[in-house]
Amino acid sequence: MKPTDTSNPEYFHKVVDCQYACPAHTPVPEYIRLIAAQRYSDAYMINWYSNVFPGVLGRTCDRPCEPACRRVRVESEPVAICRLKRVAADNKDDIRSRLPEIPQKKNGKRIALIGAGPASLTVARDLAPLGYSIDIYDNQFAGGGMMRSQIPSFRLPIGVLDEEVNYILDMGVNATFDVQVDSLRDILAKDYDAVFIGTGAPRGKGLNLPGLEDARDHVHLGIDWLASVAFEHTNRIGKRVLVLGGGNTAMDCCRTSKRLGGDDVRVVVRSPFEDMKASPWEKEDAMHEGIPIYNNHVPREIVVEGGALKGMLFEKVEAHYDEDGKRSLVPTGEDLVFMEADDVLMAIGQENAFPWIERDLGIEFDQWDMPVVDRVTFQSGNPRVFFGGDAAFGPENIITAVAHGHQAAISIDLLCRGESVAQRPAPRTNLASQKMGVHEWTYDNAVAPDPRYLVPLAPLDKTLADRKMEVELGFDQDTGYKEAERCLNCDVQTVFEELRCIECDACVDICPTDCITFAANGEEDELRTRLSAPAGNLAQDLYVSDSLPTQRVMVKDENVCLHCGLCAERCPTGAWDMQKFLYNVNGTLA
Amino acid sequence: MSYQIPKFRHPELPVNELGYTRAAYEGAISTLCAGCGHDSISGAIVRACHELSIEPHKIAKLSGIGCSSKTPTYFLGNSHGFNSVHGRMPSVVTGAAMANRELLYLGVSGDGDTASIGMGQFAHVIRRNLNMVYIVMNNGCYGLTKGQDSATADEGSASKKGDANPFSAIDLCGAALQLGATFVARSFSGDKEQLIPLIKAAMSHRGFALIDVISPCVTFNNTPASTKSYEFVREHAEATGTVDFVPMRKEITTRYTAGAAHEVTMHDGSVLHLYKDADKLDPFDRRSAMLALMDHQNDGTVLTGLIYLDKDSRDLHEVLETTQRPLNQLDETDLCPGNRMLMNINASLR
Ligand SMILES: Cc1cc2nc3c(=O)[nH]c(=O)nc-3n(C[C@H](O)[C@H](O)[C@H](O)COP(=O)(O)OP(=O)(O)OC[C@H]3O[C@@H](n4cnc5c(N)ncnc54)[C@H](O)[C@@H]3O)c2cc1C
Ligand SMILES: Cc1ncc(C[n+]2csc(CCOP(=O)(O)OP(=O)(O)O)c2C)c(N)n1
Ligand code: SF4
Ligand code: SF4
Ligand code: SF4
Ligand SMILES: [Mg+2]
Repeated sequence: MKPTDTSNPEYFHKVVDCQYACPAHTPVPEYIRLIAAQRYSDAYMINWYSNVFPGVLGRTCDRPCEPACRRVRVESEPVAICRLKRVAADNKDDIRSRLPEIPQKKNGKRIALIGAGPASLTVARDLAPLGYSIDIYDNQFAGGGMMRSQIPSFRLPIGVLDEEVNYILDMGVNATFDVQVDSLRDILAKDYDAVFIGTGAPRGKGLNLPGLEDARDHVHLGIDWLASVAFEHTNRIGKRVLVLGGGNTAMDCCRTSKRLGGDDVRVVVRSPFEDMKASPWEKEDAMHEGIPIYNNHVPREIVVEGGALKGMLFEKVEAHYDEDGKRSLVPTGEDLVFMEADDVLMAIGQENAFPWIERDLGIEFDQWDMPVVDRVTFQSGNPRVFFGGDAAFGPENIITAVAHGHQAAISIDLLCRGESVAQRPAPRTNLASQKMGVHEWTYDNAVAPDPRYLVPLAPLDKTLADRKMEVELGFDQDTGYKEAERCLNCDVQTVFEELRCIECDACVDICPTDCITFAANGEEDELRTRLSAPAGNLAQDLYVSDSLPTQRVMVKDENVCLHCGLCAERCPTGAWDMQKFLYNVNGTLA
Repeated sequence: MSYQIPKFRHPELPVNELGYTRAAYEGAISTLCAGCGHDSISGAIVRACHELSIEPHKIAKLSGIGCSSKTPTYFLGNSHGFNSVHGRMPSVVTGAAMANRELLYLGVSGDGDTASIGMGQFAHVIRRNLNMVYIVMNNGCYGLTKGQDSATADEGSASKKGDANPFSAIDLCGAALQLGATFVARSFSGDKEQLIPLIKAAMSHRGFALIDVISPCVTFNNTPASTKSYEFVREHAEATGTVDFVPMRKEITTRYTAGAAHEVTMHDGSVLHLYKDADKLDPFDRRSAMLALMDHQNDGTVLTGLIYLDKDSRDLHEVLETTQRPLNQLDETDLCPGNRMLMNINASLR
């Protein structure tokens, strides 16, 4: 293999598994260390620059970082990255003085943002400090998009959302609420320098089942129903509720029902339990609240008697998988199952809808009627029009919307400065030795063996009685510290300098997880079979040195390195050093 | 400074026949200098014992005084151990081995501990062919007391202090051969590929097995003018050949080219494969071994590998015809056969 090019910022970035997996590339271990040091405001600000909504995300993030966390590979449970973020948000001081200053004198460029969800708000956050004049249009009464209309208050208190939305709206952004944009042409006619479309995926999908027509009043689309609960148009539901669907929306629907008078609330899903789209923790939360999940039940009919909804019929199925792992749901042949219901919530998905975008504005739409959007620049066929968040490529999550917003803001700024949107700014990186003494490091290199800490919950009877009462209590500071100590500091990189190496094997001998090998070089596939320990995880790189005096090379499998620094402590010549790698994605503000 | 090794190990570490990973054979974190050759030898011992599937409680590790003699703390944390006085490890092993023949005895010593203060004990334990493995971590100096030249320092070799050693060196392998040792090997801490099979073979040998392992002292004797430095040994080592050790219970999976390898069946049924290089050495002939050692010494090179093996070795227990049952398991009725027996014996002597 060729010697690893560690000057390529992506090499070390990839070693920081959580940061690499985070769509916004939040420097996770950096803020976790600050939490351990009780520097909550500093930890909050690092988050705020990367992901804009630390308080919101510390409660609701889909946390793609956690399954990627190194701890999963060396132990089993990831660091509670998401809930640590909340510790920073809960314990910070008033940080308003630390927010970027907004120039009094504007730069003369006007930007329109359609929709006030996390994607648009991120664009505003990034552009307002640069002097742009920003107009936001949204059809809800306040900002936040689906964070406000969909995510129930028992998961995300309104106060937390308001605070972080207002940090942005207070940047001199001109927001118009309660306005439905029904023509992009009209917006473009206002001569904006750029328009960002962050209107989400606002349309709920339904099932056209026999009996639907007669039961209309008691069959609701999940996301519409959740919005009407959030906006206080709806405050009760029948005693027996059937929630159709297996995603996170279904979980929010059933848990909300439980708080609005639902007594016998059931989730009914077509697929096997394991295949459900909802995150494992959302399923657990629902079941913890006494909501049973009926899997392998395909809805067949809505049963109406005497003009009133009686219940539903389901067909039982079994999942079969072919060689390619493709699933088919095969009826078991048993009798249809009848379940009684006073209300039915359909939570089977959302889709995009752009009836308000005229098709002659240069924006191309594909066969699924989705706009054609560049995955890097977020620009559409009309160079002045950008898309991001759920509006760009279909429903995702908040952190993805934020990541899109950052990139779109960069593009808009480039466009307005007359530069090519394809010329992306490079990430800002820094690599610095953490050595303080002979064997002294700036970071706590001991590896805590503790299993993951659980977030305490409010008493069930209390939270079920009040739909606005937050279920999770969050870690207290002590538990936050202990959980923070579980982090392996993956950003503190093992940096190898071959010219200093005397090949004494000290690092090989000490490494607790057998990451290091000195061996004759070879092709990667073959080299992987000759390492100190099995090296079958191809998703993780091998760090290979240049040739050493004995003609061998140093090979380090990054897979299960604990970043404990023992290799560097045992190295007599300082050929190994522990160096902190900071990686700031090419955000305008970061 | 780390005082503990993290608990986590590679999740796919191989398990041996006892179901243990290598972690079961590790010890406390080393307090030796970073880069000390001794730590590599500790690592090789851990690997060898794991690969041999020895139950950790069936091993006793004993040592004298010195950095080298400290190492038993850093390996085999689940085995018996005894840290004796300077140069006296052999007599403690002798006592232990006589009392309980069922343990595997691993003596660890330094060149100072062996070739200076312990030379007398070394000589006699070899003569007696005590069933033990004797590893010398040989750095040519007294590391623990700040690097004075030891008796194995080569004439002319200079440590960090800078003065060339004016005295001739004791070659521990040569001395051992002369004293009748039945297993003699030399290796280098930086060459685990050679060292691990040698340790395994030594552990399967019945009788006294010496491995003299050159093990650089990075702090005091890793200078350009030292003949016990990493660089010097790497450049001047000449292996007798390649050694491959196949434990008794393990199926031989590798195919060996006929003729190229010499197969030796050890006492416990394991097989040693020796791949001889085009060298004059015949490792089953003591004279040839001594000659080869001297030839290399004259050339200024270091002969490593298995130097001599006596296939018909008889250890101390065999020579003394001691009972098969360990002495420490004999109780009063075994040891005191009673009045009638005493009368018989007395009668036979009248
Ligand atoms: C029930 C439910 C629960 C969820 N839970 C989570 C969670 O826990 N964690 C997570 O990360 N994600 C969650 N999501 C997904 C997340 O809410 C979205 O991915 C995210 O909000 C998308 O952000 P966005 O900025 O693209 O658009 P949105 O948040 O959808 O915001 C778009 C805004 O534009 C407005 N709008 C749309 N069309 C127009 C128009 N023509 N004129 C004016 N205004 C318009 C909308 O009303 C809305 O206010 C959930 C989604 C649902 C449905
Ligand atoms: C009876 C006695 N005499 C002298 C000493 C001092 N002393 C301690 S270690 C040592 C030499 C150790 O050298 P070596 O065995 O080569 O070990 P190394 O530290 O080099 O590994 C000496 C002389 C002692 N501890 N006890
Ligand atoms: S251990 Fe820490 S730095 Fe490493 S992936 Fe997990 S959270 Fe990130
Ligand atoms: S930091 Fe060094 S010693 Fe620790 S696990 Fe990683 S490679 Fe091994
Ligand atoms: S003094 Fe020499 S022998 Fe002792 S620990 Fe240090 S390097 Fe090893
Ligand atoms: Mg010594």
